[in-house]
Amino acid sequence: MIATAFNLPRLRVNRVLGGTIVALLIAVAVFGPYLAPYDPLALDLKARLQGPSTAHWLGADEFGRDVLSRLLYGARTSAWIAFATVAFSITLGLAIGIAAGYFRGWTDRLLMMVNDALLAFPGLLLALGFMAVFGASRWGIIVALGIAYTPVVVRVVRGTVMSIRESEYVEASQVMGNPEATTMIRHVLPNCAAPVLVLATTMFGWIVLSESALSFLGLGVPPPAPSWGNMLATGRPYIGQAPFLVIFPGLCISVTLLGVNMFGDALRDWLDPRMAA
Amino acid sequence: MGRFILARLATAIPTLLIVAITVFVLMRMVPGDPASLMLGDLAEPEQVAAMKHRMGLDEPIVVQFGVWLGNVLTGDFGHSITTGQAVLPLIIDKFRISATIVLIAVFFAVLIAVPAGMVAAWRQDRWPDYTVIAASTLFLSIPSFWLGLMFLLIFGLKLGWLPIVGYVPFSENFGDALLAILMPVGTLILHESGPLTRMARASTIEVARLDYITHARAKGLSEPAVIWRHAFKNAFAPTWTMIGLILGSLLANIAVIETVFTIPGLGRLLVDGIYARDYPVVQGCMLYIAFVYVAVNLLVDLVYPLLDPRVTA
Repeated sequence: MIATAFNLPRLRVNRVLGGTIVALLIAVAVFGPYLAPYDPLALDLKARLQGPSTAHWLGADEFGRDVLSRLLYGARTSAWIAFATVAFSITLGLAIGIAAGYFRGWTDRLLMMVNDALLAFPGLLLALGFMAVFGASRWGIIVALGIAYTPVVVRVVRGTVMSIRESEYVEASQVMGNPEATTMIRHVLPNCAAPVLVLATTMFGWIVLSESALSFLGLGVPPPAPSWGNMLATGRPYIGQAPFLVIFPGLCISVTLLGVNMFGDALRDWLDPRMAA
Repeated sequence: MGRFILARLATAIPTLLIVAITVFVLMRMVPGDPASLMLGDLAEPEQVAAMKHRMGLDEPIVVQFGVWLGNVLTGDFGHSITTGQAVLPLIIDKFRISATIVLIAVFFAVLIAVPAGMVAAWRQDRWPDYTVIAASTLFLSIPSFWLGLMFLLIFGLKLGWLPIVGYVPFSENFGDALLAILMPVGTLILHESGPLTRMARASTIEVARLDYITHARAKGLSEPAVIWRHAFKNAFAPTWTMIGLILGSLLANIAVIETVFTIPGLGRLLVDGIYARDYPVVQGCMLYIAFVYVAVNLLVDLVYPLLDPRVTA
C-alpha cells in the first residue's frame, strides 16, 4: 500500500510546484534565522496579540513575540526533526529489511513477526507511548517517530530485497565467492535506493505532520522554542481575538505537506518509470 | 473458507502477544517506578518498599508480565493513579464517544471517496480526474487539526452557526449532540476522503485494464454499467483494506481533533494520562487501541473473501 504508485497522472505541476515548495522550505530552514526580523523569543508585551502590521508583518503572539520570526525558526525545527527522523528510520529499516530479505528463513520469520506486530500499532499511538517514556523533547520526538515509522521502511526494503536477491548479478556475486556482507553492501543496497528515496520523501511529509500533531498536543517540541505545531497549540485559546495566530502556522504546515506530497509524486514518476501507464 | 478464517485468527495471536509485551516494556521504561509515583514525593522509603511488594514489583520481570497479562485477559486493566477509577470501564466509556465520531466520519468519507475515485478513473487524464486528484492531494496535505481549527473559526466564531465547545452525549439530547459533533465529523470526512479517493481511483484504473472489462465493453454495455456492475466489485477490495487501516489508526489520531473541539474521547484520555504520568491509563489506552486496530483489520480481512474470492485459494 505504501509504495503503490496510485497511477497518478504525470503532471508537470507536481514537479514544478512541488519542487519549488521543497526548495523554498530548505532555503527557509537554512537561512530562516538570518531572514527573521526579530529574535523569536523576544518578549514585547506592548505588541501583545497585535494583528499584522508594518512592524510585525504576520502579527505578534500572546507574549508579543513576532509571529513571522517564530515561523521562520519553526521551519528549521520542523525540517531538522523530519530530516533526522527520516535518516534514523531509513538507516534502521535498511539494516533490518536487508537482513530479513536477504537471509530469509528463520531470521526473516522472526524479524517480520516483530515488525508486523509493531505495524499493528497506529504510527502516532506508538509515538505517543514513546513520548510518555522520553518526555517532550526534540531528541525524544526523533527517536519516538523514528522507531514508530521504521516497520514501514522494513516492509518496503524487504520486498525490494526479495526481488533483487533473485537477480543474476547477485547470483554472480555469490558464485564469485564474495562474502555475504560484500554482496549486500555492493549489490543489494544500491539497488534499494530508488524505492527508499521515494519512501523517504513520503515519510518526510508524515513526520512533519506527526511532529506538528505531537507538538500541538503538548508532547512535541517544548515551548518557548517555536515549532509550527506548538504555535497552533498556544494560539488556540486566542482564536477569537487573534485568529492569525492559528491561521499562519497551519498554512505553513499545509503548504509544506502539499509541496512534499507533490514532489514525492513527481519523484516516483521519475525514479520508477515502470509505474507509468 | 473455514481454514482461511482459522489461519487468519491464528496469526493475530502472536501479534497481540508482541503488542502486549511492547506496551508492558514501554511502561516499565517510564522514568520513576510506579510505586513512588502512586505515593507521591513525600513517601518514606519503607512505604515505597511495602507498596512495591503489594504491587508485585519486587518479583522477577517475567513473573510481573505474566501476572499483568493474566489480569488484562480477565479484563482487569488496573486503576487510574489520579482518580482511582477502574481503567477498563473508563476506556470503554471514552471509546464509545470516539468510535461514534470515527464511524460516522469514515462512513461518509467512503460514501464520497468511492464514487469520486471511480469517476476520476472513468475520466482518467481529463478534467474530472484532475479535479478529484487536486482535491484529494489538498485534503491529504491539510492537517486535520488545523482544518478543524479553521472550521471552528469560520462556522463557530465568525458565522456563529455551530457550538464551539462542549460535547453532548447522544443519550442526553439528540439534536444538540448532533450539532456538537458536526464539525469534528466534517473535519474527519474531508481529511480521510483524500487517501480513500486515491485508493478507489487507483484500483478502478487497475481493474479497468483487465480483459473482462474489455469484454463487457465489447458486448455493448454502457460505460456506467461496465464501471458499476463489473469494475466496482473488484475495485472495491483494496479500498476496503484501507478503510480498516483508517478506522483503526483514527482512534489514536483523533486525539488532535478531540483537543481542538474539547471532546472527552479516548485520544484525550490517553494524552491526559501521559501529562499526568498516569501509567495504568496510558498502558490501558495503548493496549486497547492497538487491540481494536488488530481486531478491525482482522474483521476486514475476514470479510475480504466475500469481495474477492481469490484470496482464500
